[in-house]
Order: sequence, then structure tokens, then C-alpha cells
Amino acid sequence: MGVFRMPSLGADMESAKLVEWTVRPGDTVTRGQVVAVVETQKGAIEIECFEDGIVERIDAQVGDTLAVGEPLAVIGAAAGSPQLGVASGKPARPARKAQRPPSPPPEVPEPPPERPEEPREVPGEAPREVPGEAPEETPTLPPPEFPEQPAFSSATAEGAASASPAARRRAADAGVSLGVVSGSGPGGAVLLEDVERHLVVSRAPDASPPVENRPPRSGLDIGAMRKAIAAAMVRSKREIPHYYLSHQINLQAAADWLAATNQTRAPDERLLMGTLLLRACAVAAANNPDLNGRFTGGAFVPSAAVHAGLVVALRGGGLIAPAIRDADTLGLDALMAAMRDVVARARGGRLRNSELTDGTITVSSMGETGAEALFGVIYPPQVAIVGFGAPQIRPWVVGAAVEPRLVVTATLSADHRVSDGRRGARLLIEIDHLLKEPEQL
Amino acid sequence: MTPEALRAIFIEELARVAPDIDPATVSDDDHLQNDLELDSMDFLNLVSALHRRLGVDVGEADYAQLATPGLALPFLLARLG
Repeated sequence: MGVFRMPSLGADMESAKLVEWTVRPGDTVTRGQVVAVVETQKGAIEIECFEDGIVERIDAQVGDTLAVGEPLAVIGAAAGSPQLGVASGKPARPARKAQRPPSPPPEVPEPPPERPEEPREVPGEAPREVPGEAPEETPTLPPPEFPEQPAFSSATAEGAASASPAARRRAADAGVSLGVVSGSGPGGAVLLEDVERHLVVSRAPDASPPVENRPPRSGLDIGAMRKAIAAAMVRSKREIPHYYLSHQINLQAAADWLAATNQTRAPDERLLMGTLLLRACAVAAANNPDLNGRFTGGAFVPSAAVHAGLVVALRGGGLIAPAIRDADTLGLDALMAAMRDVVARARGGRLRNSELTDGTITVSSMGETGAEALFGVIYPPQVAIVGFGAPQIRPWVVGAAVEPRLVVTATLSADHRVSDGRRGARLLIEIDHLLKEPEQL
Repeated sequence: MTPEALRAIFIEELARVAPDIDPATVSDDDHLQNDLELDSMDFLNLVSALHRRLGVDVGEADYAQLATPGLALPFLLARLG
């Protein structure tokens, strides 16, 4: 039981405006479930619950601007009803006004169970950022008056649902959570036709169109985003003694393998060079613990898991680097699906707060065109960022001859408080080796 | 399919891939990557969308044919024909 506070939104954001509650008092919530949506300098962010329990009281109202650490709600223990008492000054009025699609149609089975969350590597982080530790508030509300609404868990099942890229995209277009769509594919995977069928069913009378329920992505304020980036980067340059390494990698084997692989695949199943680069980085990061983790509370805390922040440039300016969780455990196809998903949501403004704060290392790629080298600025509290310039055809010495090869310049900006150049070089060399054998990736 | 209808579909799918682009402002000479700032992920999403919508599977070797709407429309029309 405890006060649920505005979580950290990353190094560059200190407050956010509450635009939607997706739960109301009495609702059972589970760790990782999306309970609210806030508008930030980087677009709409879904706020996840930290713990299992029952929403006892909603403190923050839609429209409020709240600093990180300010109370949002009171979450009671899951078992046993809350103590009886007098309601506090702030009435807990149900803020949710049919903002979610209605319960799934009868033939749709219950959404899959919540994906078990591993413990966070940095359990102390969130509380540390809470200004003026407030006393444990004893919830003083009458028992929940609303029945459990299991349909809400669908909102968080999305990440776990297995689905084809086409289905994922269609669902995203229509604003439908994959968790409420019953899959007919292998292992219950959601296919495009399943989504289409669901859309037809849910368009029945009385079913409010899901698209209109999403808060509109209010046009991103580029000025505000620029300020957010500035805040994070100033902090980075002030606090983190960067060192920089650069290494040229012969990308020809990877490019040839990629072309041959994609030739046999429909567009939906194709991979990008960026997927190979990210995969190589994630695997290498897992083997180089000095570069993968977070520097918090004056010390470096390495992370066993690799949550790779992927820098997504937004048209019109600005960027955002959502983390792909456990990127080192994802094969190329799964990683590609995760990249598609996270890029689409970064553009559409539907990232989760954990995706902004969970990163353990960041990867930034110039893409197919542009400058040949990119030196990143570390995103605090991480300690390393890998940069890839645009691959170029360059003369390359092969045996005694010089031949044209596709070459990419990989760079590493890393935190000298934690590692040195020799250690950092290992990461780049490992990425090089991995990309030489793309079929092993 | 008429060229006009194809253009409408192309622009519609483009706007779906890049919702922040105003379809009314897209000209036939706009380079999708340089002018409209589609990255490789956006571009692949567009190729996927055209595949679903038109049944035309544009291989990577032909990506250059989609560089601008002005190039892409005759190319797609020929593939449809």
C-alpha cells in the first residue's frame, strides 16, 4: 500500500500534465499496468503502476501539471479491504469517462496474463527522486465501490501478445490493444485478419470507436522538446567525463547477407541494417558490463539485462530514445518487430514511462544517408552511447589489394568515471566481429 | 487503375506512414528521404503498405524507383499493369 507518485520520466523531464486516468478507485491494478497518460515535452507517455494493488484514491485530476514525485493516487494492498475511515478532503471522483474501449466482445477470451516483471535493477532510484519524502498515507476511503474490471489488464498485455507486424500496425492504426484481440495464428499469435475481425465486431453499435478515445497527440512543441533535450545534454556534459573511440567496420558481409535475406522476404518480414547494428550492440553490451548500466547515487550499477535505448529522430526536429527491453535476448526478427513497435509509438506519442527510464545503453544511427561518423552524448544516468554514421563505400585493403567495401564508422562515447578506453575498445571490436558473421547474429 | 487513383493511394499510405506530413503539400518532386525525411524504417513501412494495398512487392533492388512520387507512380502503374 502506498502513495503512487509521478514516476521519473528520464533525465530531461521534470513534470508532466495528466491527461487521462485509465483506472478508477476500486480497480485492481498490477505492476506494469498502464494507469494514466501524461502529456510531456516528448509527447504523450503512458504511466505504469509500480505495484500490485487496488486503487483506493485518485489524488491528481486530469489537467493537473505534476512534478516528478508528486502524488497521483493511493494504491492499497491487493488482499484485504482497506480500512474504513473518513474520506479525505479530495473526493475520489472517477476520472475515467469511458476512455477505453468497452469490454471485449463475448467470444474474445480473457486477455493473456500479465507478463511477469523482473525486479528493477535500480530499486532505489524512484524513491530517491521523491522530493520531501511524504509520510505513508493511510488510505481513509470506504471500500471500493466498483467491481473489478479485468478488461483493463488488456492495456498492458499488448507488449506480451505475440502478433505479426501487420497485425501490430493495424491494431496501432486503429488504436486497439493487441491484448483484447484473440489470435488465430501459431501459439495464439494475433494475425492481421484477427485484428480486422476484432475491429468489425467492436464497431457494433454502442461500442465507442477506439480511435477517438485516445487523447490526441497534440502537435509536439519542438521548442519544449528542444528544452528537454538541452536539459539532459547539459546535465550529461556537466556530470559525465566523456571519452570517445572510433572504429571503422567493414560492413560488406552484413550488407550482402541482408540483401540476400530480404530478397526472399515480403516487405513485412524484411530486416533493416539498423536491426543488425542494434543486435550487435546489444550482444556486445551484455559482454561488457562496464558500459551497460546506470550511474546513480554516486556509483555505477551495472545491469545484467541490456535495455537498449534506440534514438528515434522525429521529423521537424527533436529526438527520443525509448528502451527496448532485454534487447540482447531478441533474435533479429524479434528485434526488428520491437524496433517497428517502438519507433511507431515514439512517433505516435504512446511510449511508456519505463521505456524512457529503463535504458542501460543507447544506440544512435545516422541511417542510410548523412555524415560518416556520429559521436553521441551520453543519456544520463547511462554510461555509454554507441553511434553509427551512414555507411559509405570506401577503399578497403583486402590482402594486398584495395577494393571497394561498404564501411561504417562505429563510435563509442563512454563515461570515464566507470571505464577507460581499453575497456571501451572491446565493445567496438566485439561489434565489429559480430557484424562480420551476420548469419550468426 | 487510373494514375490519379494510384496517386491518391500512394499519398494516403505515405501520410499513414508519416502522419506528420501534410498530404496536400507533397509534390511529385519531393524526395521521400531527403525532403520528406522518411528514414529507412518509414520507407520500409511504406513499401509494406503498398504491398498490402496494391499487391505490388517492391524488392530492395527497386527501392530507388520509389525515391519520389513522380518516379514511383509510373513504376507502380507499370507493375500493376
